[in-house]
Amino acid sequence: MSSTSTTSLKDLFLNGIIKENTIFKLALSLCPSIAVTNNLKNGIFMGAAVLFVQTMVNITISLMRKVIHPKVRLPIFMLVISGWVTVTSMLMAAFVPDVYAKVGLYIQLIVAFASILARAEMFASKNSFMPSMADGLGMGVGFLFALTVISFFRELVGKGTLTIPTSLSSAHVITFMHTKPLLIMVLPAGGFLAVGILMAFFNWIDVRYMKKGAVSH
Amino acid sequence: MESTKKEQLIVSVSPHIKSDETTSRIMWTVSLALMPAMLSGLYFFGLKALFITALSIISCMVFEQWYMKMVGKTSVLSDGSGFLTGLLLGMNMPASLWSFSPFTVHIPVIASFFAIVITKQLFGGLGYNVFNPALIGRAFALISWPKAMTIWNEPTAAFLAMDAKTTATPLGILKEEGLSKLIEVFGDKMNLYMHLLSGNRAGSIGETSAIAILIGGLFLLYKKYISWHIPVSFLATVALMAWIFGGKEGLFQGDPIVHLISGGMMLGAWFMATDYVTSPSVRNGQILFGIGCGFLTMIIRLKGGFPEGVMFAILIMNCFAPLIDRGFKAKVFGAVKQPKVKEAK
Repeated sequence: MSSTSTTSLKDLFLNGIIKENTIFKLALSLCPSIAVTNNLKNGIFMGAAVLFVQTMVNITISLMRKVIHPKVRLPIFMLVISGWVTVTSMLMAAFVPDVYAKVGLYIQLIVAFASILARAEMFASKNSFMPSMADGLGMGVGFLFALTVISFFRELVGKGTLTIPTSLSSAHVITFMHTKPLLIMVLPAGGFLAVGILMAFFNWIDVRYMKKGAVSH
Repeated sequence: MESTKKEQLIVSVSPHIKSDETTSRIMWTVSLALMPAMLSGLYFFGLKALFITALSIISCMVFEQWYMKMVGKTSVLSDGSGFLTGLLLGMNMPASLWSFSPFTVHIPVIASFFAIVITKQLFGGLGYNVFNPALIGRAFALISWPKAMTIWNEPTAAFLAMDAKTTATPLGILKEEGLSKLIEVFGDKMNLYMHLLSGNRAGSIGETSAIAILIGGLFLLYKKYISWHIPVSFLATVALMAWIFGGKEGLFQGDPIVHLISGGMMLGAWFMATDYVTSPSVRNGQILFGIGCGFLTMIIRLKGGFPEGVMFAILIMNCFAPLIDRGFKAKVFGAVKQPKVKEAK
């Protein structure tokens, strides 16, 4: 993972989205992916918050990596992460208060995300600025992608609507069905079901893709 | 003489004496035992009940066949477990689901998919499922379509009638308005008991007639397919708790009989809680399992948000079945308990 000389920035970026997708492949950070994804708008904003924190943490750690003493690196990582989470949470409270009211608790929880600390420890503390940023962006976009897919699926199936954010403060609600087709999907139990089904689906795609690749080689 | 005898010897691993009981035979016998309750459901809820039950049986079998084909395993349709799940699922649904405006006919189909594919097959198929598939199917339907799943038709003895008045279940009335109102609705106390026993009351298709279910349950007991431990401890706990805490006026004022023969109590105790796969197999453990089911049922009925708690009680106790089995495991004969040795440092 630290051999950046052989991997291009593009590969680093795509790695976080496809091969090591935080939710669908590593099964990390499942708490927010179940808690906030019953609404597309909340899912997108939560994913964006993680994207921001992940990228900024990776950049900061990689710039500081020469001056961090190895023995105290974990507390320092935690401080950096909490710093950026506080920035994110204050920004969201100021600019998107209605979303913050729903997902605020989980924004604070980003501090404890295994994926963010893992990238800081395994990648950013060993690599220079550009690869770290690419890695952070890739991981964050992968998370955003996963949360968007999950919340899209859950809201569509559970409520028959889609809440698409048009700007920071407004959202457009498209109603497909006036009855609730499958109410359980917006309830907490449905979160587990949605994550499980989508995880199986992406793994299935992966297996098919890998098989095809093996045949063509 | 000696040589011919030798050739007839079959060398095999134990067990050497096999009974002719097979999984499929048990499944079909349980299905047969459900027939009295099914017939009573047909009598009281008519053609709609038949359609809903048939729909869920067919969808369960189709989904089972489809899944087995998809994963490349041999068909297991003949073992009857898909049929039984579909039958139980259908019998646990209200007949009012057979309605086209609002459209609710898809509910048994989706619940069957959930029961067979997600609850049973994804966990490894028959014998590996943690939860009772039919109950999960019903719980899924109840949570997803809370309104459609709680429209109860008034029983009519007219078989072909497609229009029916809707009404509340006895347990619903008991929860909302109390026992005195329930007795008032049915005339007098004796009349209420008779309606509950015969099945002439609102409810799911197969759960209404306590007598018919009891016939099936006793048949299974006689055939030794189930043991008395789970149903008796389940029913006894419910009766005891209903007697002590069921009354509005104070302790020891409740009516245990109403609680015993209303709702899904009978069907749950005789056919759902006794499912081999999802209940403990150790006898003492089965008693604890039954007590747990009864306790949770009464907690939900008396204090919870739903008028009926049998389904959730059994599902919650299903989680504990492996733990109970481990706790009550018989001591291995001749085995000596190893004294705990402190690790030498």
